[in-house]
Amino acid sequence: MDSIRGRMAIVGVGDTEVGKIPHRSPTGLCIDAAMRALADAGIGKDAVDGLVTCNSMAEPHMYHAQAMAEYLGISPSYCVSAGAGGSTTFTVLYQAALAIDAGLCDTVLIAMADSLRTGLSREQAMVMQSSSGHPQFETPYGATVPGYYALIARAYMHRYGATLEHLAAVAVTAREHAVLHPGAQMRAPLTVEDVMASRPIADPLRLLDCSLVSDGGAAVVLTAADRAADHPHVPVHLLGAGEGHGHEHISQARDLTTSFARHAGERAYAMAGLGPSDMDFVELYDCFTPVVLIELEDLGFCGPGEAGPFVAEGNTRIGGALPMNTHGGLLSHSHPGNPGSMFALTESVRQLRGDAGERQVQGAEVALLHAQGGIMSSHCTVILGRGS
Amino acid sequence: MEKPLPPVNAETAPFWNACAEGRLVIQRCRDCGACQFYPRLVCTACGSAELDWVDAAGGGSLKSWTLIRRAVSAAFEADVPYVVALVELDEGPTMMANLNTRTPESLVMGQRVRVTFEPHGPDLRVPQFQPED
Repeated sequence: MDSIRGRMAIVGVGDTEVGKIPHRSPTGLCIDAAMRALADAGIGKDAVDGLVTCNSMAEPHMYHAQAMAEYLGISPSYCVSAGAGGSTTFTVLYQAALAIDAGLCDTVLIAMADSLRTGLSREQAMVMQSSSGHPQFETPYGATVPGYYALIARAYMHRYGATLEHLAAVAVTAREHAVLHPGAQMRAPLTVEDVMASRPIADPLRLLDCSLVSDGGAAVVLTAADRAADHPHVPVHLLGAGEGHGHEHISQARDLTTSFARHAGERAYAMAGLGPSDMDFVELYDCFTPVVLIELEDLGFCGPGEAGPFVAEGNTRIGGALPMNTHGGLLSHSHPGNPGSMFALTESVRQLRGDAGERQVQGAEVALLHAQGGIMSSHCTVILGRGS
Repeated sequence: MEKPLPPVNAETAPFWNACAEGRLVIQRCRDCGACQFYPRLVCTACGSAELDWVDAAGGGSLKSWTLIRRAVSAAFEADVPYVVALVELDEGPTMMANLNTRTPESLVMGQRVRVTFEPHGPDLRVPQFQPED
């Protein structure tokens, strides 16, 4: 098959409000995000012939995408509800591009939302998320999702001498960017001292090493690049994509200090014909602070063990050598569960259009996005570029 | 509220039956000799279906651990704080378990640990570990 490099374009994006949104159901948030993305693309719902969603934990449907199509009153020729945890978002973008290229449909709406904050009790949310553990060989031991990632954090810190201050720097940088985002959930400034002093959750991780629990959703519209002129905004082209799947359960990981982000990244770079030094900014999955350090290394931005000092020195700030998570990420913008990295996608499109306001990365032409699901399990990297 | 019971299935029943007898068993491939945990129908190293159950010696080393300060559910509240660990068995495979210790602050990477079995529900015992003396 020919590479789909540059053949597909994102022509519409939309974010709902995020944070505590009790006045919208998860279904309502999904449809709200969808309608915003369609309006941004300058099209109505009946132009959509491909629909991709992910299920909601707070308001599940057996066949979610079909239920959303029915709700919208559309009859798509391609209709998929996807589920691979946090990497679902970029995986479905890649697969939707292939579906368009194969002629299954012309215009795909990807819309995802959930209400983990107000749609579930705190315990329901914790139990539901920790059910990613192996039901026989992990779950009986009472680990939480922060606990699973703490196992990774300790191994990484032990191997490379990374410090708690390095982890804190990831959270502080995310917050600096969220302060610049009018829609972000957390906008109060944060210091390394604040992170260090936050209460321990699962040693060595503290509260502010952990991402948020949010309501919210976002959506994008994808179509063939040669149709992008029919839409009002500068198109953003899909230049590369790649996946890597190493394990599902953390006790089965081959290595705790590196991941299959490396494989996903290599595949995406190969398709795009680009490398780490070509990226103007990055959006990396930051469910917990140590994850970002491993991703920076696995994706080729830092050598092994170098990511902690790299972030602590300010390189990932807007204006730094490699601006990262310019909207505030899962740590400070929002994290409604599986839809979380949709906001990294909509942010990247706004950055590449030049529409990111105060947090604009000057001259941004190419970006790398990475997401992972499970416990550093399923990885997907995409590379986006500004069209003309 | 009870702690979640492992949903034993047809392929894993021999493992849980051995635990009930106080034995930790893993699988060893008759074709390539690799050991694996958790139990499966195929060898992850070579794809063979010729797998034997063998007794593990019960010793291992600490590969990583966390001290859970906030329980996953009410069933674990009374245990807070508790250690969740990854233990690399001397035979090679890694398993997750709780690590029973009154001094979690003194745990170190790579330290020796040994399996114990703890009653879990009416019929099961689950493998746990404790620091070796």
